[in-house]
Amino acid sequence: MRKSLLALAAGLLLAGSISAASAADKLKVGFIYLGPIGDLGWTYQHELARQALVKEYGDKIETTYLENVPEGPDAERAIEQLVRAGNKLIFTTSFGYMDPTLKVAKKYPNVHFEHATGYKRDKNMSTYSSKWYQGRYIQGLIAAKMSKSGVLGYIGSFPIPEVVSGINATMLAAQTINPNIKVKIIWANTWFDPGKEADAAKALIDQGADVIMQHTDSPAAMQIASERGKFAFGQDSEMIKFGPKTQLTSILDTWAPYYIARVKAELDGTWKSEDVWGGLDSHMFAMAPYTNMPDDVKKIAEDAQAAISAGKLHPFKCPVVGQDGKEIECKGGANLADGQILGMNFYVKGIDDKLPGK
Amino acid sequence: MELVEAIILSVLAASTPLLIAATGELVTERSGVLNLGVEGMMIVGAACGFGGAWLTGSIFIGALLGMVAGTLMSLIFALMALGLAVNQVATGLALTILGVGLSGLIGAGFVGERITPAMHLYIPGLTDIPLIGRVLFGEDAFVYFSLALIIGVWWFLYRTRAGLILRACGDNHVSAHALGYPVLRIRTLAVMFGGACAGLAGAYLPLAYTPFFIPGMTAGRGWIALALVVFASWRPGRLVLGAYLFGAVTILQLHAQGWGVGIPSQFMSALPYLATVIVLVLLSRARTGGSTAPAALGTVFVPDR
Repeated sequence: MRKSLLALAAGLLLAGSISAASAADKLKVGFIYLGPIGDLGWTYQHELARQALVKEYGDKIETTYLENVPEGPDAERAIEQLVRAGNKLIFTTSFGYMDPTLKVAKKYPNVHFEHATGYKRDKNMSTYSSKWYQGRYIQGLIAAKMSKSGVLGYIGSFPIPEVVSGINATMLAAQTINPNIKVKIIWANTWFDPGKEADAAKALIDQGADVIMQHTDSPAAMQIASERGKFAFGQDSEMIKFGPKTQLTSILDTWAPYYIARVKAELDGTWKSEDVWGGLDSHMFAMAPYTNMPDDVKKIAEDAQAAISAGKLHPFKCPVVGQDGKEIECKGGANLADGQILGMNFYVKGIDDKLPGK
Repeated sequence: MELVEAIILSVLAASTPLLIAATGELVTERSGVLNLGVEGMMIVGAACGFGGAWLTGSIFIGALLGMVAGTLMSLIFALMALGLAVNQVATGLALTILGVGLSGLIGAGFVGERITPAMHLYIPGLTDIPLIGRVLFGEDAFVYFSLALIIGVWWFLYRTRAGLILRACGDNHVSAHALGYPVLRIRTLAVMFGGACAGLAGAYLPLAYTPFFIPGMTAGRGWIALALVVFASWRPGRLVLGAYLFGAVTILQLHAQGWGVGIPSQFMSALPYLATVIVLVLLSRARTGGSTAPAALGTVFVPDR
């Protein structure tokens, strides 16, 4: 009896060590997603990047994801769950995961964390984000060219700097084409509610806007614009399916190169905490093909894209004039400093609206 | 004038899913059962409704499948909460969680697919009447069906013997049982009706409102429907009022923002919920005509215990 028990124990130990050995061969990479992977927008793009990782590294890594994780206390539990499951590199892909990620990172110094769009870092916690305002600038040029009514419609999610800087970049670009351009802004106060996004698009069009821009995640606004024969821009993903004659272009979140690079660093043992804010030049995002516009407009867009990529054109070139007509203090030399853009909480001149909470 | 018409049309569309789902829940709660799983039944209805319409090309079959899916979901609830007398609140919440997961699974295959949305009526002459033509004779069938549904429910609850018995089950299941009425069977039917309505309300979203399917597209409308039933103090007339009020406030706050009314958008987004709370407080303070919650609402009934 005792012998067989010992044998059993030995067998278990052996089995344990074998599985541990094989687990050690593979790098476990975990992902926390805000929405469902089928949202066709934000989460979908992160999922595409995860799939690119699997394709790139095959058996060398093992990936896990948790979708539909609400921002807040639940996120902390979800992240910790990934740690306990043996993940050594964890991507937390929404702004609201910032504090939960930091908390878990402090608890597990041997695990590396990558947080998207946040500003808090630690020795084992990096942040990464894209300079989407560059893409919004290009969209502003196109919108002003394509609008007949001179009124653009903008659906915002929440009045956070990322969204506000997008509105300002759009406006600054549009004003270079048409100084009297107007923009109507509706805050949906949600990232994802197709019904409400559709209602917001309807309201904007009913009030005279003929180019719809959105900073919310579903293709509903595109679909409404398509129904009403107006123009629109996609968000995060390619949305031309929902408006073959409507989509002018779309900002595409292309995370794959960054994810592949970070996993490589982890595999090589060279991973260290960084603050990456990439733009068109570093391919952190891309522009979908310029469609449904005349060639001259397309050329303006392509030229602007090339100039921004080459660093010759900066959307927030000083002087930037605020809503009150006063110049914004220029802390970055020729352009606004990154910090000013990352913390943007003012509207530029020409926006006939009040920033919520100001 | 055109803008007013456009706003009314948007309000009608925004209110319809709330009205359908809340009507179903009203009947369920009037029978004494509190089913908090409306959101779960709705989202499964949305997935199955879209799937049905996408595969067959028929909005009608889609709507029907949505109702069937909602009913099947409600049967799970009925089995747990009525058959096994499990706590209704817990079962309802579990149903929502199950529904959200299930809809993602069912819908995974047709995310991003497109369908032709439900046709809008067009009656030459009538639909062309300015302002009221489009509203009265130019919407999709769901809008008119939802109004017929609530009128039918009102008639059933207050003008038929069966409705009286259903309300009796909700107010005092022991007495109803003593009088020989099959309380559990009546409640099961009421729960199934609620499920069918929730499924249809969910199906309305991908079939008419935003004609595509995305997981999570109900975005909390099931919870609003639940709140509306309380808001309406379990009365059909007030339910119609509440649903349209909620839809109107939602749409008007979007327009107000577009006009540049200087009220913070966060406040305006909260307005519909605030209105609900205020009405609830007023109702609970009123001496007569106030809250008329079914007395046995949410209590478990086991015959001959």
